Amino acid sequence: MNLSRSLIELIRYPDKAGVLTLSDWDAMLRVARTANLIARLAEGISRAGVLERLPDPVRPHLVAALVLSRHQRQAIAWEIRHIAAAVKPLEIPLVFLKGAAYALSDLRAARGRLFGDVDVLVPVERLAEAEAALTLGGWGRGRIDPYDERYYRQWMHELPPLVHYKRGTLIDVHHNILPRTARRTPSAQRLLDAAILIPETSFRVLDPRDMVIHSATHLFHEGELGNGLRDLLDLEALVSEFSERSPNFVARLHDRALEIGLEQPLRLAFRYMKCVLGAEFSAAPALNAERDRVGDRWLDIFYVRAFKPDHPLCGDLPTTVARWGLYLRGHYLRMPPLLLARHLGRKAFVRLYRSGSRTAP
Amino acid sequence: MSECRLGEMRRDEVHRLLRAGDLALRTGSLRTRIRCGFPDVADSLHAIYAEHPVSVRPDFSDFHVEVRSPLNLRRWMRRQAEFLFEGHTLFEPLPRDQAPALIEWGLNWSISAYCHQWFTIHAASLERGGRALILPAPPGSGKSTLCAALAFSGWRLLSDELTMLDPETLQASALARPINLKNASIDVLRAFAPQAVWAPETYDTKKGRVTHLRPPADSVSRMLETARPRWVVFPKYVSGADPMLRPRTKTATFIEVAQNAFNYSTLGELGFDVVARLMDSCDCYDFEYSRLEDALEVFDWLATADDAPGPVQAHTAGR
Repeated sequence: MNLSRSLIELIRYPDKAGVLTLSDWDAMLRVARTANLIARLAEGISRAGVLERLPDPVRPHLVAALVLSRHQRQAIAWEIRHIAAAVKPLEIPLVFLKGAAYALSDLRAARGRLFGDVDVLVPVERLAEAEAALTLGGWGRGRIDPYDERYYRQWMHELPPLVHYKRGTLIDVHHNILPRTARRTPSAQRLLDAAILIPETSFRVLDPRDMVIHSATHLFHEGELGNGLRDLLDLEALVSEFSERSPNFVARLHDRALEIGLEQPLRLAFRYMKCVLGAEFSAAPALNAERDRVGDRWLDIFYVRAFKPDHPLCGDLPTTVARWGLYLRGHYLRMPPLLLARHLGRKAFVRLYRSGSRTAP
Repeated sequence: MSECRLGEMRRDEVHRLLRAGDLALRTGSLRTRIRCGFPDVADSLHAIYAEHPVSVRPDFSDFHVEVRSPLNLRRWMRRQAEFLFEGHTLFEPLPRDQAPALIEWGLNWSISAYCHQWFTIHAASLERGGRALILPAPPGSGKSTLCAALAFSGWRLLSDELTMLDPETLQASALARPINLKNASIDVLRAFAPQAVWAPETYDTKKGRVTHLRPPADSVSRMLETARPRWVVFPKYVSGADPMLRPRTKTATFIEVAQNAFNYSTLGELGFDVVARLMDSCDCYDFEYSRLEDALEVFDWLATADDAPGPVQAHTAGR
């Protein structure tokens, strides 16, 4: 059984869950968990009404995943309110990104999601104020070593993630969607200007087109694809849902991507949604995955493998090499070569002695 | 899936199967597949889980865990052991000699982090006459010592750390896993139950002497039997104290139970509901003691008083 493909099948067509054997589930649960997709799988199966058809030992695992994701949905709503309240006195135009935004907008992409932290976007000139406001609200630096802190502040586009002293929740404050050191940085101001208000709240999220572009940009600049498959499924959910609301969504999406200079990640998103998920959209001509550009085939070699869940059951040597290749690519896209060499060298050295669970990416 | 008792297997076979990651251990209804190449861990498991059912390469295991050396220099220098849950290291490694205890802590964590099909309280639980006694307590309260003594005095061990309640029926499930004991408690129990089987002791700079005690065979053979919660007792060891059993208000107990639960807020409204129903059906007490014999007498009384007709009168002393 090709586990990766079966997992994707099960998520997209959960009514087929009844055919898996106990032994199939043994592998499937582990792979789904690793890919951060077990709750999404559980949601789909539950909605399709086939949860009762699953073997007895399997059901509790999916039920537990549902309990966890539903709790997190509540928890993130709570967190969002606290964050908004913290920056309100300073009237900072803060925009919620990614998972928090999906939850606020009640999108399908928020279903069965396990949220790690909350990502927000603020104007670069208000960054220091935002940090101050959040500090007053109880968010602090947590245990972080000076190298990692400099990595975040100076080289990346983020403050180091801030941890709330009481709730233990994390917030990532961004001033752009790509780091200062990346090869092409979009204009954050345009994204902020186009942000929309969630009805009957004071919370802001990106315009739907920007939400998709952000998701694609993040995915295709990311070096670690542990959540790669999840992110790709998110993209599919977003594009489908927005296309249902507005028939020419994809065309407008493409135009927007050209406007802000992020056509490449969007194109890759459509390419891999098609060849990994089997999801096709009536795309704008230039997003048509048939026409390959130079370098596309190379990227395929890496990405098609790296989108598999990062579990030994789905792994082989080519996949490991592919993950490494993309890891390097992710860093390469985010920092100049000399800095990259120094950074990776130091990381490798530190990991020799210290456990991996404590070091920053 | 055919099972046999771990103790029925030969030592070298247990080693071989664990090294290959082919052995799955069942505790209660949970089956955990374990991979570990360390001989000391294999021997420890063989001893303290001797009564537990195991299977070889079963179709389905609830968890897949591994304990191994880290893949960096710590494999050789100031040797460590790390715990992997389904292929991922989520924790700091521990010194190598604590590997047997690492499995226990790892299993505890796996259950408390993932098993939200139950409402899980950080408490010991034991059964007598179909009713469950729940002993929530912070570390240092003597809960484990008391739990172990009760387990060897006619009470059936459900769990020493993780009390698992079905959110619908409130029935407490058993794991019947080895009991974790530290420092002086170890000596007390060695004297109390001289025939008992122990894992080798390890020493941790923060916790002191640590080991695990194999539970009575009966608690393992009956581990699929659930029990209805009847008493929630907060024990407190006070040196030289006379035994004192004091009723607690249910409202005060509600808060403490919620605080001692691993997944109270995860279960949301259901969590509130579970604790409320638990309070409805249980008598709640504080219990202060110094001598184990006194404690056993008091709990005996609690159990038999429940059998007597008429409402239970709470007493403020042993008798």
